[in-house]
Amino acid sequence: MAYLVLDTLTKRFGPWLAVDGLSLTVEKGELISLLGPSGCGKTTTLQMIAGFLDPTAGRITLDGADLLVKKPNERGLGIVFQSYALFPHMTAAENVAFGLEMRGVPRADRDRMVTETLKLVGLGAFGDRYPRRMSGGQQQRVALARALVIKPNLLLLDEPLSNLDAKMREEMQIELRRIQRTVGTTMILVTHDQAEAMALSDRVVVMNKGKVEQVAAPQEAYDRPASAFVANFLGRTNLLQGTVRQDGGARRIDVAGAVWPVVDAVPPGPGVMTVRPEKVSFVADAGVPGLVQARVFQGTQWLFEVETPAGPMMVIRQNDGQVLPQENERVMVGWRPEDMRVMAGQVGAS
Amino acid sequence: MTAVPSDDSRRYDMTTDTSPASTVAASAPPASAPADRPSPVPYLLSLPALALFAVLLLVPLAMTALLSLNGFSFYTGIQDVWSLSNYIEIASDSYFHEVFLRTFRIAFLVTLLAAVLGAPEAYILRRMNSPWRGICLLIVLGPLLISVVSRTLGWALLFGSTGLINQALLAVGLIATPIEFMYTETGVVIALTHVLVPFMVLSVWASLQRLDPQIENAALSLGAKPFTVLRRVVLPQVIPGILSGSIIVFALAASAFATPAIIGGRRLKVAATLAYDEFLNTLNWPLGAAIAILLLVANVVIIVGCNRLIERRYKQVFE
Repeated sequence: MAYLVLDTLTKRFGPWLAVDGLSLTVEKGELISLLGPSGCGKTTTLQMIAGFLDPTAGRITLDGADLLVKKPNERGLGIVFQSYALFPHMTAAENVAFGLEMRGVPRADRDRMVTETLKLVGLGAFGDRYPRRMSGGQQQRVALARALVIKPNLLLLDEPLSNLDAKMREEMQIELRRIQRTVGTTMILVTHDQAEAMALSDRVVVMNKGKVEQVAAPQEAYDRPASAFVANFLGRTNLLQGTVRQDGGARRIDVAGAVWPVVDAVPPGPGVMTVRPEKVSFVADAGVPGLVQARVFQGTQWLFEVETPAGPMMVIRQNDGQVLPQENERVMVGWRPEDMRVMAGQVGAS
Repeated sequence: MTAVPSDDSRRYDMTTDTSPASTVAASAPPASAPADRPSPVPYLLSLPALALFAVLLLVPLAMTALLSLNGFSFYTGIQDVWSLSNYIEIASDSYFHEVFLRTFRIAFLVTLLAAVLGAPEAYILRRMNSPWRGICLLIVLGPLLISVVSRTLGWALLFGSTGLINQALLAVGLIATPIEFMYTETGVVIALTHVLVPFMVLSVWASLQRLDPQIENAALSLGAKPFTVLRRVVLPQVIPGILSGSIIVFALAASAFATPAIIGGRRLKVAATLAYDEFLNTLNWPLGAAIAILLLVANVVIIVGCNRLIERRYKQVFE
């Protein structure tokens, strides 16, 4: 049964539609990411679930009960803020204890739960520290512990890792995943970082301009993006202009003279073909002709920029000892039909 | 290309590592600067300001202190002797005790009222939306834009036994006889609070600006009721603002002259009006100087003492 249900949730700020009829169901124990560029409505959605903003229209139910009739302090949600929003005049332990205190948990139980939770986030020895004496990663953990200790029925994370440096961010991703497995809390993560969303989530919700573009498991969304926007947002991709033709029972797409069979249901006419750079390879024949503009060594891989009649292409090849083309070399590039997606329309029109 | 990652790593250092050691390291001068011989330029540049400060503040202060040690007689005027007789006179006369006690009672009440009114005012102002925020801020700061004399005379008009306040209260039936505001401490406290509240509002406003905008939401999400959020989360963090506002208000209230002179009149003397009278009415300059010096010292002692006390109590928010 669906645990959290957002039903045609809409938020309007004056003439601007921040969230436009968003519907989503989240299962219990799931970790779902709201992913999108800034201004796509993901934080607004989170704020409506938390109760800090009232939706213009739509419903939110949690475990079958209407959430919108409750005040923010009655919803029982745990929230980790982007700025952490720790109470600077309280120690880490006092910060974590605050929610329990508000629930009237007796002192002895409170102390035990605080110690347990601080240990869970790896801060067992830091209970007496004040937030400003802690590093960003430690503050992040305190914020997480503070939200987890009240055993929330839903944990909302608003860009929780964006203030950390790259190495710390990776550590915290693993940590978050571990904690989520341990406590089994349903989590909603808001992020603009596609790598973070894909690393952490059971499903990602890709949002753009207040609308949902795709809801899918990370690999599904990456490999089979529902739109050019999703393809572009979830990592690097190539968008090439082609023409879709109905050829008897089969559909084909013609990209700069090379022809691929199409599995997607697209009408004949102009079509946009997307394929990930790491799925493109250099082929001997029956490919798209091109000229290598640049090649960049990136350690584990080579990055190529190839100019083709259908548009510029990015190609990533593993650094596995193969002989690879030089700059200014004429090449042919190709890919497997199942690695590409075709959508109706023109490149740059979306 | 290489400059970009190194820039990035420096930024991360700044944001993630806030230990005191790194702060010290970051603020230390670059190694290339000659550390052995400090340049005289900064001192030379600040010389004009220092000279101004010395001539306009330190010299008169020292002269007042010296003057307070001189003697005075009605027939011969100021006598060039050095004694503590003025201080002994003040210390032994209950009249002076009363005046000083009144001065600090008024200053304390004004500070308390300003904090009680000003802190919530600043909080409410912060939560307002424009244009109302700007309009209300202008109203709060309004008293500072009006000459102290005309403002205080305005209060005198309101306060009189046939003034607007008493007439309104009588008409409503809340009181049977007019309340005495003029020439009473109540009147002085009300008028001074009105003048000095803006300083409290500005000071609390500044510390509210430093508050994490999400911190109230964080407390709400943990189940705190709105009033608990204010008491447990917002208030402790604006204590530094309330304290610095209190210091300004207390110092200004304790040394206020115009308002006590007009509302308090000749009978209800405070330290500032007393010193004024000693200087200009009885012409006993040394006694006036002694009163002024005592007012200054008492002010400094009270303010520094309270400051210490509160800073110790709320150690964490002052760092």
